[in-house]
Amino acid sequence: MASRETASQGATATSSEPHIGLGATHQDIDHAASLIAFARRRHRQLAIAALAAAIFALLPLAIQDVYLQNILVLTLMYAALSQSWNILGGYCGQISLGHAIYFGIGAYMSTLLYTHAGVTPWLGMLAGGAFAALVALALGYPFFRLRGHYFTIATIVVAETGLLLVLNWDFAGGAQGVQIPYGPDSWAHLQFARDKLPYIYLALGLAVITWLVTFVIEGSKWGYWWRAVKDNAEAAESLGVVVFRSKMAAAALSAFFTAVGGSFYAAFVSYIDPDSVMGFQFSLLIALPAVLGGIGTLWGPALGALVLIPLTELTRSYFGGSGSGIDLIIYGVLIMVIALARPEGLMSLFGGRPTARRGR
Amino acid sequence: MSAKLLEVRNVTRRFGGLVANSDISLEVAKGEILGLIGPNGAGKSTLFNLIAGLYPPTRGNIVFAGRDITRLSAPARCALGIARTFQVVRSFDSMSVIENVVVGALMRHAGARQARHKALETLELTGLLARADGPAVELTPPEKRRLEIARALATEPELLLLDEALAGLTPSEAREGVELVRQIRDRGITIVMVEHVMEVVMPLVDRAVVLDLGKVLAQGLPSELVRDERVIEAYLGARHRAA
Repeated sequence: MASRETASQGATATSSEPHIGLGATHQDIDHAASLIAFARRRHRQLAIAALAAAIFALLPLAIQDVYLQNILVLTLMYAALSQSWNILGGYCGQISLGHAIYFGIGAYMSTLLYTHAGVTPWLGMLAGGAFAALVALALGYPFFRLRGHYFTIATIVVAETGLLLVLNWDFAGGAQGVQIPYGPDSWAHLQFARDKLPYIYLALGLAVITWLVTFVIEGSKWGYWWRAVKDNAEAAESLGVVVFRSKMAAAALSAFFTAVGGSFYAAFVSYIDPDSVMGFQFSLLIALPAVLGGIGTLWGPALGALVLIPLTELTRSYFGGSGSGIDLIIYGVLIMVIALARPEGLMSLFGGRPTARRGR
Repeated sequence: MSAKLLEVRNVTRRFGGLVANSDISLEVAKGEILGLIGPNGAGKSTLFNLIAGLYPPTRGNIVFAGRDITRLSAPARCALGIARTFQVVRSFDSMSVIENVVVGALMRHAGARQARHKALETLELTGLLARADGPAVELTPPEKRRLEIARALATEPELLLLDEALAGLTPSEAREGVELVRQIRDRGITIVMVEHVMEVVMPLVDRAVVLDLGKVLAQGLPSELVRDERVIEAYLGARHRAA
């Protein structure tokens, strides 16, 4: 904070003295101070992330209850998925409600490669990610000509179409789905029947990687370009940003990591069918944590998942069989409360960031 | 006159049945400040947008630094060295002031750190350094106009297009704006400015082109133009008749 004050004092001196070029050394020092302050803010984010990751790495050692461990896996997984969604929806401003299709591609790709060809899910995960990225590019080519709500509607339609295709695809098990055969616990096959711990660490790894990717992007050319595209595409173009290519890049990256998450989920539940990995609820569940936590922010998706997933899982089990649909009611109420009270998401409660707060 | 930087050759632009620009030709010399003036609806903004690459002309060519840029997109023109501001300010409102300028600086500085350094320099020139870390959305209207200029300057243009950058300012703000435009020119940047208010623009520009009803009505030195009967008629005609 001290360095910021120095910067503004120096600037006040200039604005009362419009002729630039005087006291250049003084200004150079101010610029250096500003750059250092910026680097420090970035480092602080990394430190917080390292601390959070450490806490989540130790947490499962304290939690022995399988049910709670299950919630932990899902929370970390949705943090990663929503972080991936946030790349396209939050930073680039292209709201997709069809990410279930990428999730499904990841789940089916690794599962089918494993059950039909014995390919390790690690490779299947990459193949699914790559294929999802290609699908995102193929869809982006026509869809990124649509603006705002029209783009969102198109993503919903495509995801529903994908669901119907898989439902009628015999090789992929049709409506019955695919069962991953039981085997001994194995890192190569990502199968752990007796122990949830490896899944917790896999999900944590996924959450950390997607966070890091977002962190790097936020400080890179693409991060600035995407936010510029979101805020005002025409102004962005006038500053040299190729809007269409920016959207395509965001879509491909977002789809890649969403599919990786889908592969992980398939390995975790070891049984997939079209509705359980490509249903519309996944598109919602992937987007909601980011919306709840703070769309287009570095921490929003993780924070949102941390609130949303345990809440819905716990209430679902509390109400048991009589409460089917309770989780949907909770989503609805949460969205309404957030939209009314905190449209910027939960991250806006932490006013520490000196940069913009609105619309992020 | 020194070398030509920009040439508009017989440019026509139609919007449906409306001919916004009709067979317009003009030249901009390196290092000059050219004013593009005319009453409302004269076609200033259309011509401006044609040069910036927002849309292509229906007919005619635009040549920049000896290169035909008629079909180039706005980002490609920015890469060649043309930058613009918007008449209705279009700041990136979810970003801080400096982040807005970094977007422009990334045009010629691939690294975010170098871009940030460039952005700080530009903010200093435009007098916005004190607001660097604040949200762009909280700037006052005159500050937002300066932000637009800062963002455009950060792309390190050869040609800067200013679309009514001095409109709606108080007299003292306008004086500061005029001073800023001069400073930018002194850095070797050629400027084309669209302006509605003659009093502001005439003392500032080296040369002016007057548009009326989509055509070039007159062009030359400001001192000649303010005495030109046709220009007075175009601007004041209606008012004179009413009086």
